Amino acid sequence: MADTSVKKRGAAKAPFIEPGHTFGSITDKISSIVLTRKTPIFWFVGFGISFMLLSLLMVAVAYLVFEGIGIWGVNMPVAWGFAIINFVWWIGIGHAGTLISAILLLLRQDWRTSINRFAEAMTLFAVAAAGLFPLLHTGRPWLDYWLMPYPNTMGLWPNFRSPLVWDVFAVSTYATVSFLFWYTGLVPDFATLRDRTVNRWSKRVYGILSMGWRGSAVHWHRYETAYLLLAGLATPLVVSVHTVVSFDFAMSIVPGWHATIFPPYFVAGAIYAGFAMVLTLAIPLRKFYGLEDFITMRHLQNMAKIMLATGLIVGYGYMMEAFTAWYSAAEYEEFMILNRFTGPYKYAFWSLLACNVIAPQFVWWSKARNSVVALFVIAMFVNVGMWLERFIIVVTSLHRDFLPSSWGMYSGTFWDWATYAGSIGLFLTLLFVFIRLIPSVSIFEMRTLVAEEKGKKH
Amino acid sequence: MNDASKATELYGVMAEFDSPELLLEASEKAYELGYRKMDAYTPYPIEALPEAVGFKKPILPRIVLIGAIIGGCLGFFMQYYASVISYPLNIGGRPLNSWPSFIPVTFETTILLAAFAAVFGMFALNGLPQPYHPVFNVPRFALASRDRFFLCIESEDKLFDLTKTKKFLSDFKPKDVYEVEP
Repeated sequence: MADTSVKKRGAAKAPFIEPGHTFGSITDKISSIVLTRKTPIFWFVGFGISFMLLSLLMVAVAYLVFEGIGIWGVNMPVAWGFAIINFVWWIGIGHAGTLISAILLLLRQDWRTSINRFAEAMTLFAVAAAGLFPLLHTGRPWLDYWLMPYPNTMGLWPNFRSPLVWDVFAVSTYATVSFLFWYTGLVPDFATLRDRTVNRWSKRVYGILSMGWRGSAVHWHRYETAYLLLAGLATPLVVSVHTVVSFDFAMSIVPGWHATIFPPYFVAGAIYAGFAMVLTLAIPLRKFYGLEDFITMRHLQNMAKIMLATGLIVGYGYMMEAFTAWYSAAEYEEFMILNRFTGPYKYAFWSLLACNVIAPQFVWWSKARNSVVALFVIAMFVNVGMWLERFIIVVTSLHRDFLPSSWGMYSGTFWDWATYAGSIGLFLTLLFVFIRLIPSVSIFEMRTLVAEEKGKKH
Repeated sequence: MNDASKATELYGVMAEFDSPELLLEASEKAYELGYRKMDAYTPYPIEALPEAVGFKKPILPRIVLIGAIIGGCLGFFMQYYASVISYPLNIGGRPLNSWPSFIPVTFETTILLAAFAAVFGMFALNGLPQPYHPVFNVPRFALASRDRFFLCIESEDKLFDLTKTKKFLSDFKPKDVYEVEP
C-alpha cells in the first residue's frame, strides 16, 4: 500500500526540465531560436496580424489627438470609460511577470526559471499598453509631463494628496524597476549570444547590450546579490502598484468603489489575470518553438493552480462586495449591488461571474489540468472575465450613483474599441519582436537548474 | 625573446576546465599557494567560487540601503516642500503636512532609488560596461558563456612565473592551458 502511494507521488512530480540536457544543449537550443533557426511562418503571420492592429492604434490615436476625447463614449455621468477599464486590465496582467520573477525567486520555486524571462517581458509590454490609456485620457497628451513634479514657471505642483498622482509614481516606478530587473537578467544571456553569433552586426549589437560581461566569479557574486535585492524590492512594489490603482476607486465616495476590500481584492485579481495571460502566451510559444522540454506540463499545472487559488480570492471579493452592500444598510450601496444583478448591465455581470468564478473551477479536475487545450480555454475565459470585471466596477458604479436625474448609460464607441484592439496589437507586436531577437527562456538560470539536477543525483 | 620578457607582456595564463568541480579545486589550491591576482570565469554562478578566488566583503547591500534612505527622504521632502513651503493650500484649516497621504509616493521613490542603487551599483563595482578585456583574446574563451569553466592567473601576481604557473595549472587535468595576450 505504502509503496504505491509513494510511486504515485513520484509520478506526479514530473521534472521541471526534461532529462538528458547538458549546459551545451540548453545553450544551443534556446539561442538557436534567435540566432540560427529560420524564422517560422507562424511568426510572420502572428507579427503581421499584430502589426495591423498596432496600425489601427496609430490611426485611433492620431484621430484622438486631432479631434479630442469626444470621439470616445465617455461623458457625464460615466467619465471613466474604456480608458480606465483597459488601464487596470493591462496593469493587472503585468503583475504575474513580477510575481514569477521576484516572489517565486524569493520562495525558491525552481520552476519559475523557464518562464520568468518571457513573463517579465509580458509585464513590460503590458505596462506599456496600460500607460497609454491614462496618458491619452488626459485629453492633451503633449502636456503629460505636467504630471511629474518639477519646478516650473506656473509655480504649481501636482496634488500629492490625490490617488491619481500616487498612481503616476506607482506605475512609472513599476515600469522602471521591471525594466531594470529584466535587463539585469538578460546581460549574461546577451553575452552568450555575443559569443555564439557569427554575424558581425549582431555580434556588435549583442556585445554592446552585454556590456562586456565575461562571467567572472566575483561579478557573478555581486550580480546574484543585486538580483536578489531587486527581487526583494520588487515584491512589495508589485503589491503596492495594484493597491494604489485600487485607491483610485476606493478613495472616492462613489457607491461600489468606496470599499476597504479593494486593495487585496485588486491585487489578487491582478495576479489572477496575469497568470491567465502567461498561460495564454506560454501554451502557443512552447508548441511552436518546441520548448516542451523546458516549459513542461508541470509548469502549466502550477500556473493553473495559482490561477485557481487567486480566482477563489477574487470570488470571495465579489461575495464580500455584495455582503457589505447589504450589511451597510446604506441605500445607495444596496441599490448599486441590485443594479449590478438586475440592471441594464446584468448580462455583463453574470458573464463576468461565469468567466471568473465558474470557469476556473474546472482546474480542480486532473483531466482538465492535464489538457493543454482545456487550460488554454480556461485562461481565455479568465482574460475576458477580468476585462468584464473592470467594466462592471467602472461603469455600473458611475452610471447610477446618487440622483436619478443624473443617471445615464455608457457604451464604447468604434474608437474606444479600436484603441483597445490597438493596444492588444502593441502588446503582441512587442512580444513577437522580443521572441525573435532575445532568448525567451533565461539560459544561464537553466544552466543552474541543470547543475542542481546533477548535484541531486550524486 | 626570452621567457621573462614575454611573461611581463602577457595578461596571464588561463586554464580551461570542463567541470565546475575541477575549477573550484584549482582555484582553492591556487589561493592556498599564495596566488591573489586571479579570476574564474563560468557560464553560471557557482557557490563558494568567489570566496575561492579571494572575494571578501560584499558592499553592495550597503549601497542599496543608502539608495533606499536617500530615495525615501527625497520623496517625502519633495512633497513636504510642495505642500507646506512652496504652495501651501489652506483647505478648511486642515494640516498642511498631511503626512499619511505622502506615504505612497515616499514608498515608491524609496523603491526606485534602491533599485537604481542595486543595478547601477552592481555594474559600477563590476567595472561594466567594459569595451575591452584581455581574456577575450583566447578564442576558446567564447565557451565561458556556454559550458566551459576558466581560471586565469594574471601576470601582475607576485608569484607569477610563466613556466611554473603553467605547470601548476596543468596539474588539475584542464582541457588546455593558454597564454592570454594583453
